[in-house]
Amino acid sequence: MDLTYTPEEEAFRARLREWLAKALPELPARPDPLDWPGRRAYDLGWQRRLYDAGYGSLHWDASPTRRLIFLEETELAGAPYVGANFVGLLHAGPTIAAEGTDEQRARWLPPILRGEAVWCQGFSEPDAGSDLASLRTRAVRDGDHYVITGQKTWTSHAEIADWCELLVRTDPAAPRHRGISWLAMPMDAPGITVRPLRTLAGPAEFAEVFLDEVRVPVANRVGAEHDGWRVTMVTLSFERGTAFVGEVVACRRTLGRLARTARANGRWDDPVLRRRLGRLNAEFTALWRLIQGNVGAAGAAGGVPGAGGSVFKLRYSQARQELYDAAAEVLGAPGALDADQEWTAARLSSLSYTIAAGTSQIQRDIIAERILGLPKGR
Amino acid sequence: MSGPVDLRPTADQRALQASARDLLARRFGRERLRAAVDDPALDRALWRELGTAGFFALRLPEADGGVGLGLPDAVLVFEEAGRALLPGPLVAGHLLAGTVPGAATGERVVGLCDVGADGARLWEHPGDCDELILVEGGSGGEDGSGDGIPRAYWNAPDWPVLESVRSIDPLTPLARVASYPRRMPRALDITRLRREAALLTAALQLGSAARTVEMAVEHAGRREQFGVRIGAFQAVKHLCAEMLIRVEIARSAVYAASLTGQSLPVIGAKILADEAAVRNARDCLQVHGGIGFTWEADVHLHLKRAWLRLEQWQSGAKAEEALAEALLADDAAG
Repeated sequence: MDLTYTPEEEAFRARLREWLAKALPELPARPDPLDWPGRRAYDLGWQRRLYDAGYGSLHWDASPTRRLIFLEETELAGAPYVGANFVGLLHAGPTIAAEGTDEQRARWLPPILRGEAVWCQGFSEPDAGSDLASLRTRAVRDGDHYVITGQKTWTSHAEIADWCELLVRTDPAAPRHRGISWLAMPMDAPGITVRPLRTLAGPAEFAEVFLDEVRVPVANRVGAEHDGWRVTMVTLSFERGTAFVGEVVACRRTLGRLARTARANGRWDDPVLRRRLGRLNAEFTALWRLIQGNVGAAGAAGGVPGAGGSVFKLRYSQARQELYDAAAEVLGAPGALDADQEWTAARLSSLSYTIAAGTSQIQRDIIAERILGLPKGR
Repeated sequence: MSGPVDLRPTADQRALQASARDLLARRFGRERLRAAVDDPALDRALWRELGTAGFFALRLPEADGGVGLGLPDAVLVFEEAGRALLPGPLVAGHLLAGTVPGAATGERVVGLCDVGADGARLWEHPGDCDELILVEGGSGGEDGSGDGIPRAYWNAPDWPVLESVRSIDPLTPLARVASYPRRMPRALDITRLRREAALLTAALQLGSAARTVEMAVEHAGRREQFGVRIGAFQAVKHLCAEMLIRVEIARSAVYAASLTGQSLPVIGAKILADEAAVRNARDCLQVHGGIGFTWEADVHLHLKRAWLRLEQWQSGAKAEEALAEALLADDAAG
């Protein structure tokens, strides 16, 4: 057990803090949430600045401790979050780094790090959400290409993406987990139609993607043919293991702002509300320590986070919803009912956390079966 | 040497934990536990063995006959005591090992009672203690000391006036301290004493919470209903999964607090470990069904002890209020 940083790590933190203090005031104004091209330009611009300053690859190839320092300091300074680069930096990038060939790494990783390419995630389908292995989008081999037909849905950032990490069925006759392959699909290929979906939170965050005989080179397959399920499990363990580190720090900051707001508007006099905020403080502090521990343990285990990510994801997604429910109580009516309030937007989007990236129910199954060893069944 | 940030016990710490588990399995197994339910008098021989093994002297300097280890090591050993439902004033023995002669070796049993705490004023194992340290003031309780400054007094067991309490935990006899003389003041760092008592109590809760998950999983993997093992039912699975999540959250909080030693993380850790111990015991009972509601099943012993520890040291409203206040202080600083 050790929570101390080496002098080198502390020096890294100091340098980063100094750089952030100079870089952040020079950033352009944040674009409107509905302005997708604006959001793309803003997020890629920030990634480019990180890259030029030598911080571009900290999400995946640094030591776990440096990554933690990076995420903590950028969030404390109020720097932009990964945004449009989420899939590239936190899903596809680490997966290609872990499972791709040298050629594939050289081709796809530098543009992600330099802020030149946006990736989206083509996993879910209308009939393959939590039951991802029932996906039906088919890829038929035609020489050195796959010809792909099917439909993806809930595809985040599809509208502005250059590449898609796509799961396809390459062997319909094989058992359902064994006939799947992981492909990198260019989003400008003929035959792709993107139709934005409006979410309950208002703006379109994701889209339906229709694939009509889209040709993707066989060379774009990451991992062996039909071995895509295993590759996907690597991707998902990154998603559950480390992708939320920055958000936990953000939630702790939000909780502080919430307390200040409550003190200013008189809601602080309510002891029930105060106790609720105090308890959330304990919760987010523990979640931060848990994810620190997970990232450290993943580093020791060769970089791939373990099933502990499911433990974190479950409790965090609940705590995030409790945080914004508490925010509504602090604001009271009409504040909590005002759709233009920043809190309201965050409260609405928090509803997706217990569903996206594996529902809470699926995470509980994973914990019960893979960690606790309970029998399979329904 | 400092590696990456890592909350996992080191090899040495795992060995320490394993030897504590081994000692408790040999000397306080299921039969001994059930015998203690019928007769909760402390096993003095076991107490001395714990002393010999370094349980109480773990953090005393080696020059003073101690083991020279730190708070994280103590937390791991207390987690094992919590798993085993080991009864007795363990926290008092450990925290007063350098203060009360004979406590470190387990030759003398010492109790600790915080009469400054709201309401409770409970003394555990009053009939088994050779001496008692009373702590008052400084935590807002009506202790009658007037100025609210924390103080500690050394008492013979028959000095305080006691009211009898029939303890809900059959393994932990209790008495309520109605009044006491203030004759032998002691110079103790009471703030630190209370903080470390809360952390070690949280570690006991963590161990109990981890044990009840195991009990629930063992039962769910063995018990058949409707022709299948009940662990195959999603409803049962999800109860067990939530239990593990509570343990892991509490473990992160307790281990991290043991490393920083700071007050607020300790308060947070106690809240989360209390929740894990109490709710896990209840869920474990639920998984056991009718079997769990019998006196014969050990589940109720975990639940009753967890309820007892919930009332000890930092807990409930005051702990949550302190963490809420800290949020305002955070904002002032940043």
